[in-house]
Amino acid sequence: MATTAIETPSTPKEKVRDWTKPAAMAIPKEGYFNLEQGRYGPIFPKTPACYGFSVVAKIKPGREQALRDYGAKIEEAVEGSPNVLAPLKLHYLRWVLFDVGSGLHFMYQGIFDTDFDKYLEDAVALFVQTGITTAFVNLEGWPEDWKTNLQAVIHFFREHQCSSFLEYGEYPYVSAEEIKKALKLKAAFSNMLDLMQ
Amino acid sequence: MGIMQQSREISGVLTEASDSLDLEDLQHFLMSRPPARVARYEFLHFRNGTGGRTWLAGLIDKVGTAKAVGANIVDSRWVTVGFTWNGLRALGLDETSLATFPEEFRQGMAARAAILGITGANHPDQWIGALESSSLHAIAILFARDVAERERCRQEHERYVKNCDGVELLSALDLEAIPPFDYAHEHFGYRDRLSQPVIQGSGEVPTPGSGPPVKAGEFFLGYPDEDGPATGMPQPQTLSRNGSYVAYLRMEEHVGAFRNFLLEHGETPEQQEWVAAKLMGRWRSGAPLVLTPDKDDPSLGADYSRNNDFNYKMMDPHGYGCPLGAHTRRMNPRDTAANMNRRKMIRRGGTYGPPLPEGAPEDGLERGIAAFVGCASLVRQFEFAMNVWANDPNFHELGNERDPIFGTQDGTFDMTIPKRPIRKKITGLPAFTTIRGGAYFFLPGIRALRYLVSLTGGC
Repeated sequence: MATTAIETPSTPKEKVRDWTKPAAMAIPKEGYFNLEQGRYGPIFPKTPACYGFSVVAKIKPGREQALRDYGAKIEEAVEGSPNVLAPLKLHYLRWVLFDVGSGLHFMYQGIFDTDFDKYLEDAVALFVQTGITTAFVNLEGWPEDWKTNLQAVIHFFREHQCSSFLEYGEYPYVSAEEIKKALKLKAAFSNMLDLMQ
Repeated sequence: MGIMQQSREISGVLTEASDSLDLEDLQHFLMSRPPARVARYEFLHFRNGTGGRTWLAGLIDKVGTAKAVGANIVDSRWVTVGFTWNGLRALGLDETSLATFPEEFRQGMAARAAILGITGANHPDQWIGALESSSLHAIAILFARDVAERERCRQEHERYVKNCDGVELLSALDLEAIPPFDYAHEHFGYRDRLSQPVIQGSGEVPTPGSGPPVKAGEFFLGYPDEDGPATGMPQPQTLSRNGSYVAYLRMEEHVGAFRNFLLEHGETPEQQEWVAAKLMGRWRSGAPLVLTPDKDDPSLGADYSRNNDFNYKMMDPHGYGCPLGAHTRRMNPRDTAANMNRRKMIRRGGTYGPPLPEGAPEDGLERGIAAFVGCASLVRQFEFAMNVWANDPNFHELGNERDPIFGTQDGTFDMTIPKRPIRKKITGLPAFTTIRGGAYFFLPGIRALRYLVSLTGGC
């Protein structure tokens, strides 16, 4: 497996990640165990559910439908270009609207294979390119100069990020790439066996 | 890195430069190399603002501009100067302006060591030359044609510094090319300078495979970059316009350890060259593995019309030619990475220390390369390359691998070499290099230097 070191007597314990056993991880309030700085701020650790964020923000008044319309827009964008979100190394995305008594809020939940910090610039470039960021102009606090001020965009994401306190993975730490490779391999074997008949 | 010598970039460069690049204001350093075989880097401290400004005032006319060096004017205008954030303050820059400089430059490289992956034996605690100290204010790069001239420059500068009351030499490094002198290479024997970006408007033509010219704003402040018009320039603009940032790294090369490694992993000279090639991504001749995976081709290595004309995703997706974690594949992932036009950097620098003759045992003398990485945004360009490409053990999903040449190796990382039928995996890679010092400098334009001289106050 490319993403896990096989345990041998000399492999340091912290390098071994076992995908064969489902695992859960409780996370401290700050979102990390030890403060480790990335280029733009603290890094949140890899969990059995890989990496991810849950960004929560209030919606500007009257903007609900504008935001909902982005569902169709992004569906179209991905259909037109299925690999368009590849740089984000996503497993899953969930965009949710909710009101629990303090006005309509938006939650952007993503599970991906790269820590928050590493590909931020690429993510923002992608958002701009696919129009995803244009959805965010409907959120309170979103910087006006988002097109040219990367720092402000990063600040928005970090300020609105809510850390998990528990994450669970059925196949811990496995990347989307690995999963796709395994599925392709399975399909190829299956074909091969058919041809051997 | 590599030797200082008459560079191929000199011929024809900047003669047809567009008007948009302010060649008389830009320092030459990232635009072109002067025909110098040797150099000396002097790291300075300003005890007071007056001393620092006096020193700078007397040097401005010696600072090489893009126009002067490009025209190959034979004069002594081959000095390059740069300042740390602390250095700008020491010269008298006000706190409001200081606060407009980017976060990573304000912190300095030493404070960002963990982010860069410069840990363990590479950590600033182990650095020499006081580069990690907040007392580091400036760098003066003195270029010279030969050692004798460099010695004259050193003495001249020493006298000059003495006369500028309040300026102190913290440390220095002497650089010179090592034989053979007919091409640029470093102590491990690898041919160098094969892949450099070309700046739009410089008049230079990129070698095939190097990609189109890159917008000037990726390297110089105040110009449009690959994303659009210049934004977020530090204040005042007089200071930041035509300036650049450089990340400096002094990297010791453990030649004995490297050669022993090759002997250990290759039974014949051909096999040893193969191992050396797989670590780097090119044969030591410079020939790219993607184009010639099984045997070396020195004429390809020396041929600029071919030696950079390849990519990875299309031509070598699994790394059978160039391993996924090899140095050149990490430092320039080509078509396997997004937004590569925002990740270009200009490298400068050279070798220091005496060469270790082939077959001679390790002599314990320090030798290596002193390199500068030039860009308009340290966090986006240089720090990204260190954090995401060089020192991320999961680069390309490899799991437990860092850059074999340049990454921080502590004996626990691996190197996978894809091979049919079974891949070769080297475990416990030793450290071939150690970072002995580093710093972030700002290289102002000429008008900016005059602005700094006009300040008052300071430490």
